[in-house]
Amino acid sequence: MSKIKGVITWASGPVVKAKGMLGVKMHELVEVGDERLIGEVIRIEGDMAIIQVYEYTTGIRPGERVYATGRPLSVMLGPGLIGNIYDGIQRPLEVIARKVGPFFRRGVRADPLPFHKKWHFKPLVKAGVKVEAGDIICEVQETGLITHRIMIPPNVRGTLKEMVPEGEYTVLDTIAVVEHEGTEIEVKMYQEWPVRIPRPFIKRLEPTEPLITGTRVIDTFFPMAKGGTAAVPGGFGTGKTVLLHQIASWSDARVVIYIGCGERGNEMTEVLIKFPELKDPYSGRPLMERTILIANTSNMPVIAREASIYTGVTLAEYYRDMGYDVLVVADSTSRWAEAIREIAGRLEEMPAEEGYPSYLPSRLAEFYERAGRVLALGNPERTGSLTIIGAVSPPGGDFTEPVTTHTLRFVRVFWGLDTELAYSRHYPAINWITSYSAYVDTIEEWWDRNVNRAWRAYRDEAMRILARENELKEHVRLLGPEALPEKEKLVMLTARILREGFLQQDAFDEIDTYCSVEKQFKLLKTIIDFHREAERLIERGVPFHRIRELKIIERLMRIKEEIPNDQTYKIEGFREEVINQLRATFEGVRTVGV
Amino acid sequence: MESKLGLMEYATVREIRGPLVIIENTRNIGYEELVEVIGPEGESRLGRVIEAAEEYAVVQVFEGTTGLSISDTRVRAVGRTLEVPVSIEMLGRVFDGVGNPIDGLPAPIPEDFWDVNGAPINPYMRDYPTDFIQTGLSVIDGMNTLVRGQKLPIFSGSGLPHNLMAAQIARQARILGKEEEFAVILAAIGVKHDEAVFFKQSLEATGAFKRSALFLNLAEDPVIERIVTPRIALTLAEYLAFEHDMHVLVILTDMTNYCEALRELSAAREEVPSRKGYPGYMYTDLASIYERAGRIRGKRGSITQMPILTMPGDDMTHPIPDLTGYITEGQIVLSRELYRKGIYPPVDVLKSLSRLMKDGIGKGRTRGDHADVARQLYAAYARAREVRSLATIIGEASLSPIDRKYLEFGDLFEEKFLRQGEYEERDIFETLDLAWGILSTLPEEELTRIHREYIEKYYQRKEEKVE
Repeated sequence: MSKIKGVITWASGPVVKAKGMLGVKMHELVEVGDERLIGEVIRIEGDMAIIQVYEYTTGIRPGERVYATGRPLSVMLGPGLIGNIYDGIQRPLEVIARKVGPFFRRGVRADPLPFHKKWHFKPLVKAGVKVEAGDIICEVQETGLITHRIMIPPNVRGTLKEMVPEGEYTVLDTIAVVEHEGTEIEVKMYQEWPVRIPRPFIKRLEPTEPLITGTRVIDTFFPMAKGGTAAVPGGFGTGKTVLLHQIASWSDARVVIYIGCGERGNEMTEVLIKFPELKDPYSGRPLMERTILIANTSNMPVIAREASIYTGVTLAEYYRDMGYDVLVVADSTSRWAEAIREIAGRLEEMPAEEGYPSYLPSRLAEFYERAGRVLALGNPERTGSLTIIGAVSPPGGDFTEPVTTHTLRFVRVFWGLDTELAYSRHYPAINWITSYSAYVDTIEEWWDRNVNRAWRAYRDEAMRILARENELKEHVRLLGPEALPEKEKLVMLTARILREGFLQQDAFDEIDTYCSVEKQFKLLKTIIDFHREAERLIERGVPFHRIRELKIIERLMRIKEEIPNDQTYKIEGFREEVINQLRATFEGVRTVGV
Repeated sequence: MESKLGLMEYATVREIRGPLVIIENTRNIGYEELVEVIGPEGESRLGRVIEAAEEYAVVQVFEGTTGLSISDTRVRAVGRTLEVPVSIEMLGRVFDGVGNPIDGLPAPIPEDFWDVNGAPINPYMRDYPTDFIQTGLSVIDGMNTLVRGQKLPIFSGSGLPHNLMAAQIARQARILGKEEEFAVILAAIGVKHDEAVFFKQSLEATGAFKRSALFLNLAEDPVIERIVTPRIALTLAEYLAFEHDMHVLVILTDMTNYCEALRELSAAREEVPSRKGYPGYMYTDLASIYERAGRIRGKRGSITQMPILTMPGDDMTHPIPDLTGYITEGQIVLSRELYRKGIYPPVDVLKSLSRLMKDGIGKGRTRGDHADVARQLYAAYARAREVRSLATIIGEASLSPIDRKYLEFGDLFEEKFLRQGEYEERDIFETLDLAWGILSTLPEEELTRIHREYIEKYYQRKEEKVE
């Protein structure tokens, strides 16, 4: 602990000023007042430090002490992170609850990792070898799903002088000693890293593999890539949280970090209760075995909200460095931006748009830039990815507000949630006209190789039909649906089938909640083949109403929740039936017609 | 100057500005600490320190600063934060907006003193709300189900019958098949006198008054007091729920007045305003009220919140309803159009939502088909509304036959399902059967949101339809 000790001269809300702080560093962690609340230096004026406090400052008096710690706000990285739920500055909520009961108290300390737990440790290298930053020296089975790879910390290199044998150790035990130019460095199972600084890697790689989410409108129409960035803006009630829960549950990332930033307490509770019960569709293990929750709900101190985003993304980088595909879901980045605004306001900084400080865009850019697919430091050679999906809560559902507009500059996927769709309970309420994904081209090859070569053609045709429907809707609004030419009536019908039978997906239906890529493709193929065949028949004189009257159309809209992921061959059979029934309408035309 | 009790007293008022008093030469006054402000007549008012510095402190006076002067005003530091007395004896009583009894009876003997700001519940210790509350209103039970521990606001407009609805819910709310201790707490924030009387009478009429506590800050009462009224009510609610195992329903009306008080205070402090002059921290401030609802693991009681707010200009994107909607677990939106049509309760179902519904309904809780029925009602009514606007352009006659069916469905929905008497109580099964009755006017194959098995079970085919 550093020797600098100051005296509080002013306190209001989450900001305090202290004098006698000469020598304290920017973003240094400090302990504030008699209760030693955790704070961070955010501005220095002479010997005065301006400090943001991560806990409620009620009762703080001028004259109380401030103690500098000499180190920046950091997280502790090591086995025991997975399955945990933390607040914004990495205090485990379970431990806090054990200490002070169901309500938060100030000044509570809690170890970020279980210090006393013994982990079974398997060394992978022997003493004597040269090691450098990022080298994996041993493994610990953290959960049924995650093998924790202990790496040489980024600032360490040298000769591995000692290495403990296989056995049971705690994170505090020294497991190796590295010697470099005469100095010896003890390596433990944990390392610390300052949250505001991105962890280093060798180089960035192009994201080429999709992040499969099991949500059709995403995977098929607006796909996400592993290592990519996406924003989900939507007014309240548009199903943002349900969508994010779905992605956190079913996506094929290996580690998921869910940051509840300034959101509802009950939503975090829901995740906490459900994730241990839900099974990972790829391994059958409980989802909690790959999940870390960061909860800084709306009624928890606002400044910790600001930190929670950085805490979450730093944990994610750590698992990325092990070579995992990591997904960060941040709900909601707007609350984070508001926390930044609140501090700026208290510091009387000149506001830019809507009271937000002028550095809002650069903060957003810094955050999203921490995503990416990378070649990690160290041996063995490995790639990892960090995908960021950020929810945005625009005031009044207005996408022209500063947080949404600036976010869109820095992300490559946009899933715009639509109030009108939500009102008619079309979920997920992702608007297929305004949304976009810049990864369609980069991940096309993956679909070609793993699912079907025709994927892109089917996808594009479906998009065309939906776009055409959107144009025709205006027309229908003025003239009524009966005024359309026969082929356009078919476009309207197919678009409806696409909307109800494909885009709409019930998160709470046992079968439909997760849709495999094979099933997605087969469903889409069935619908588009129906359209192609019907179009051909109409060209040959079959009246549209005969097609519309087919009973099988209703089943076409339901088939998604009738056939489970492991029986997709049944969709092929169903497709045959659809085509046959369609052709039967033509039989009638020939006999009656000529 | 040190007073007899060892408390610091200052006569060094430097400035009085709006609801704020600034005192100089202070020592040892903490942020958020409670102070007593003693006016020239010797009367005492409550204040709270909102800025504490070495040489001065800014105090927000709850009862307003009217009548205070620089020379004759003294400020006494109490040395603690604002704590209020709590007691089970407070049920059946009426208090003013800062918790003084105004029903002519002596103050209840406190069982404890609790911090008026409460403390945030650790999300790890929350229990997820899943107990269905039957309100007896079809539109809520059937389509926007309320569960115990939820915060579900009513977004209303001036002149709409939100009080009537809230009172009806307070009267009729029950858990299926269970009798448990419950209490109703009303925080009236800047409401008119007759509204306060209405609530009191409505609770008295059913004998629920003895299990109720009313905190009244009326329209003519000091504006700044409004900041503390909902917090006092919620402090009592927490006490009853988590110390006395009671199920507490808290009605906060009207949150718009609360937000206006917040804006006034912010303006007096010369803070950088956010949208429409409201402070940038309004979301956080509202959350510190709304998040004081829920259940806690290991505790039997619960707090269910029903805040009411009037949307300025019926505008749902106004910051007050907007920020509220981002915090609460859904919203019940009232529609002026339906009100004009004479429909009570005039709930705009398409804009309404209950986020906790999915876990409070279904087999074993209400009925297996409940979720499907609700979804289908939404989808069909949305289509009906679309067709209705189409019909105004192209005329009803040029609608397709199926669209005419939807038009008819829309009317039936509003007249049969939505419309209900102020004292009419429908149980959930009645509500669901009613829904099937009107859904059965649509052709079976239109009901794509309902699983086949439920259509087989509940759809009333033409031949079997009872006229």
